[in-house]
Amino acid sequence: MIRSQQPTHYFQKDISNCGLTGFISTAGNLVEGNVIIKSIALMHDRGNGLGGGFAAYGIYPEFKDFYAFHLMYENGMAQQLTEEYLEQHFYIEHYEEIPTRRTPAIANPPAFKRYFVKPLQTAEYKEAIEFENMTDEDIIVRHVMLINNEIEGAFVVSSGKNMGAFKGVGYPEEIADFFRLEEYKGYIWTAHNRFPTNTPGWWGGAHPFTLLDWSIVHNGEISSYGINKRYLEMYGYLCTMLTDTEVVAYTLDLLIRKHGLTPELASLAMASPFWDIIDALPEDERQLLTAIRQCYGSALLNGPFAILFASNEGLIGLNDRVKLRPLVCAKKDDFVYMASEEAAIREICPKPDKVWTPRGGEPVIAKMQPGVI
Amino acid sequence: MTKIDAQGLYYRDLNQKIREAVAAGATEIVLDNVNGQYFIGDGINKAVTITINGVPGNDLAAFMNGAAIIVNDNAQDNIGNTMNAGKVIVHGHAGDVLGYGMRGGRIHIRKDVGYRVGIHMKSYEDNKPVLVAGGKAGDFFGEYMAGGVLILLDMFSDEPEKPKHGFRFGTGMHGGTIFVRGGVDEAKLSREVGVFDLTDEDRIELEGYLKEYCDDLYIDYAEVVQEKFVKILPRSKRPYGNLYCPMPR
Repeated sequence: MIRSQQPTHYFQKDISNCGLTGFISTAGNLVEGNVIIKSIALMHDRGNGLGGGFAAYGIYPEFKDFYAFHLMYENGMAQQLTEEYLEQHFYIEHYEEIPTRRTPAIANPPAFKRYFVKPLQTAEYKEAIEFENMTDEDIIVRHVMLINNEIEGAFVVSSGKNMGAFKGVGYPEEIADFFRLEEYKGYIWTAHNRFPTNTPGWWGGAHPFTLLDWSIVHNGEISSYGINKRYLEMYGYLCTMLTDTEVVAYTLDLLIRKHGLTPELASLAMASPFWDIIDALPEDERQLLTAIRQCYGSALLNGPFAILFASNEGLIGLNDRVKLRPLVCAKKDDFVYMASEEAAIREICPKPDKVWTPRGGEPVIAKMQPGVI
Repeated sequence: MTKIDAQGLYYRDLNQKIREAVAAGATEIVLDNVNGQYFIGDGINKAVTITINGVPGNDLAAFMNGAAIIVNDNAQDNIGNTMNAGKVIVHGHAGDVLGYGMRGGRIHIRKDVGYRVGIHMKSYEDNKPVLVAGGKAGDFFGEYMAGGVLILLDMFSDEPEKPKHGFRFGTGMHGGTIFVRGGVDEAKLSREVGVFDLTDEDRIELEGYLKEYCDDLYIDYAEVVQEKFVKILPRSKRPYGNLYCPMPR
């Protein structure tokens, strides 16, 4: 083919935005890591190589009664201080390096270790349980915040039971290769391909963000970060990851675990309808939503977002109320899929029973069937 | 007919093959095993028909100028961005921001469509874009619409329990026409638009659009016109003219 005219512009442009995908087997069937890798790799061009990550549930059945701490260390001193801290406060059933594979795609990775732990019955622990009305989970949260905030170069990547997060700087399929994700099996998987806009692309800033067994992957930006951060600080949550998405993980922990909201109500607090729409609702719904907006105004997430949040209970997808980011869902047998693009679902589930797009602010909730885990 | 197997093909390589086939004079191109490849049909200036088996990626038919694309499955977001002429037929559902700034041609979707469909569509003299959605629509239908025609049927949906259309219908609309089969939920209309009955001229115009749509998607026209249509028009050509500073008329 001969071109008679030379193009007047260089048309190639880096067109990117974040991509996310996830699925759950509500019957608890374990799925190999290869499947989620295939799905997120299809959306390779939604990221730019500055962040990729995965959350997996059901991967540590042999240690499922222990909190699985995934730790990232930027230097040896961070590791030494963290391990001293862990030994002081926890019974450590088992610890090891997180297996990685040296690949040319990943430059200068930090060190990763995991620890399967339970809180020790120290005097401090007894004080917290008996006189501060705290639970084991509260104590874990306090330790996670302390390590992230006070030990320079140490970050808790995840801290839930029978789950783990694997994340870093690179395209998601490169991160998966680095962490040998094909060797794990889980009943819930989420994945993220990052295109950082407002915040640095660093290992701790990749998605998912986690706390206990909550994990969040997010496409968009939380414009209300400042308000959300200050609100969460009142309850002892410290934001240390230099990125907006972190507040979503802590908000969910506060609303659902601490305040006892259902996932549906927590979703309404984070993506509540506009006042004129609330005012037009039937009286009981109007009162409920008014109360939620009044109580949780500071937990409202403003700005464009599509998020997937997972826990051992299930997987939830949620859009901002005017749907400024894509989210598509599908069902097949006991599996529910959620992704930025339908093609990412079709790549791993060619013939779903149903494919649909949720409305803005309408959570898609897929719970584990009772008794399967 | 030229067949291209798109299985595992990177979008750039697939589009290169399509362009080469078009340049070589192909009039019918069939793409098999498409899944998620972006930008198919973008900027194609010839009257070629591209049939897609699979789910094409975002930005299908952007800047397209005369080609026809038939998607035998669902499609994703941003179809027909600034499309100039030609046609897109989707036999399944489609996503958000369809026909963005579209200024000519046709987009025919059989089932549901997402948010912000027909955003900033425009028309000029003979260039009059038409987008027909056979299912339900999300919020901001016809947002900032400046010209052209949007038609919503609410006949074929994967989610029959959902409302026909979302909130903020016609926000910022200041030109063009929206036809809706079986009426609209007036509580969800923006303040910029009003509901009107069809004139005889409207009926003739609408018949032309719907017959073409029914032919493309093998739908019985008689069934489509069993229900009454309403017309939604902007109340003003400058809805925000007085927003900051009232202007002398």
